[in-house]
Amino acid sequence: MNYNWNWGLLFVEPYFGFLLGGLRTTILIALAAWVIAFVFGSLVGIARTVPLAPLRLAAATYVELFRGVPLLVQMFLWFFVFPEIVPRDWGRWLKRDLPDPEFWTAVVALGFYTACRVAEQVRAGIQSISAGLRDAALASGLTLPRTYRYVLLPLSYRLLIPVFTSEFLSIFKNSSLALTIGVAELTAQSRQIESFTFHGFEAFTAATVLYAAITLTVIFLMRVLEARMRIPGMLGGRADR
Amino acid sequence: MSDFDFGVILRALPFLWQGMQLTLLITALAMAGGILLGTALAMARLWAPPPFPQLAAGYVNLLRSMPLILVVFWFYFLVPLMVGRPVGAFPSALIAFTMFEGAYYCEIIRAGIQGVARGQLAAAQATGLTYLAAMRYVVLPQAFRAMVPVLLTQSIILFQDTSLVYVVGLHDFLTAATVVAGRDGRVVELYAFVAVVYLVLCVAASLGVRRLQLRFGK
Repeated sequence: MNYNWNWGLLFVEPYFGFLLGGLRTTILIALAAWVIAFVFGSLVGIARTVPLAPLRLAAATYVELFRGVPLLVQMFLWFFVFPEIVPRDWGRWLKRDLPDPEFWTAVVALGFYTACRVAEQVRAGIQSISAGLRDAALASGLTLPRTYRYVLLPLSYRLLIPVFTSEFLSIFKNSSLALTIGVAELTAQSRQIESFTFHGFEAFTAATVLYAAITLTVIFLMRVLEARMRIPGMLGGRADR
Repeated sequence: MSDFDFGVILRALPFLWQGMQLTLLITALAMAGGILLGTALAMARLWAPPPFPQLAAGYVNLLRSMPLILVVFWFYFLVPLMVGRPVGAFPSALIAFTMFEGAYYCEIIRAGIQGVARGQLAAAQATGLTYLAAMRYVVLPQAFRAMVPVLLTQSIILFQDTSLVYVVGLHDFLTAATVVAGRDGRVVELYAFVAVVYLVLCVAASLGVRRLQLRFGK
């Protein structure tokens, strides 16, 4: 294996700018998609636990649909198919007037895909709280929405922080699929450097290191959050870490 | 939506089936290779003398912090460099999927073995079984039951992930559909069909896993 090393390449323009811009785009996609995933996923997850059959069914269908189709296919559906099947004016707006359509399509696709995974976690979290607590809350005169608001949700969300951490990490990794519809995120930029310079080793190492840095940062921040949110009197955290 | 043309899909079926065969082939090979690699990594993490547990853990954590597309690019670049000649997209994509999934299978297998209560091993050894016999007859059968459904679920994810060979231009099911969609100008029909096929297969497979879990489960 003979290879002509040139690590300095990563720190000169335009390649340094490629990497920084890619990192920035990756972070922006992941954060924006997480907002959708967290809010919508929570609603779907809660809907799966309420005593109202049609709502439960609708939420379960959503989860099955979005879990059964590969994310890449969903990305293509949002990007190529969605503008064709909505009313013509909307389609034109999506294709022509929406600023940065690739970026926002990636955010929407990733957001609604991750929402189905968040929904499953939220459902599991709510169901892990003993039925006695729910009954006690209802018996004490709280309405069902208030039972959720003051008893079920605060408890389950604090228990769910570790699972949310791994979903949040997945969203950063999955944001790389945006490159298939032409978003210049981190993986795309490292590939770009490789094809411009033939220095794939340096380019992909840079991307790998940056993803690892994202992972470590997220784990650190979530651990701080977890420590602050720990429920007194409960065994927090996991045994294996 | 009114001019949805099923004929396009019918005419493209032989070509799409070729793509699906490649998808299934990559899934099967990467699953077999990934489980072998995962088992080796899990054994290294659990029982090997230092520095192997640390090395295996480092490998698993590194691969798990990377996006799959980046891993595919890495091997697409590395494999020809190591072999010294161009090898084409298929071998490097297959190696990438095997190496990537191996890290995830490793964690499933390790969790399965560690999930068997410590007392089981102690009790088995107390009855006079050697360490290996205790593993063989007491710990591993229980661990295996616990991890089979999870391994299968991970394999369904692998089946979906193989669609990412799109980025190195291999003609799997999705890429075949993309080719036809571009040629005939029929994006809506083709991608809708792809989504439905994946959905049906994945829902059926996960129902199968759930039934298996009920029969196997304690």
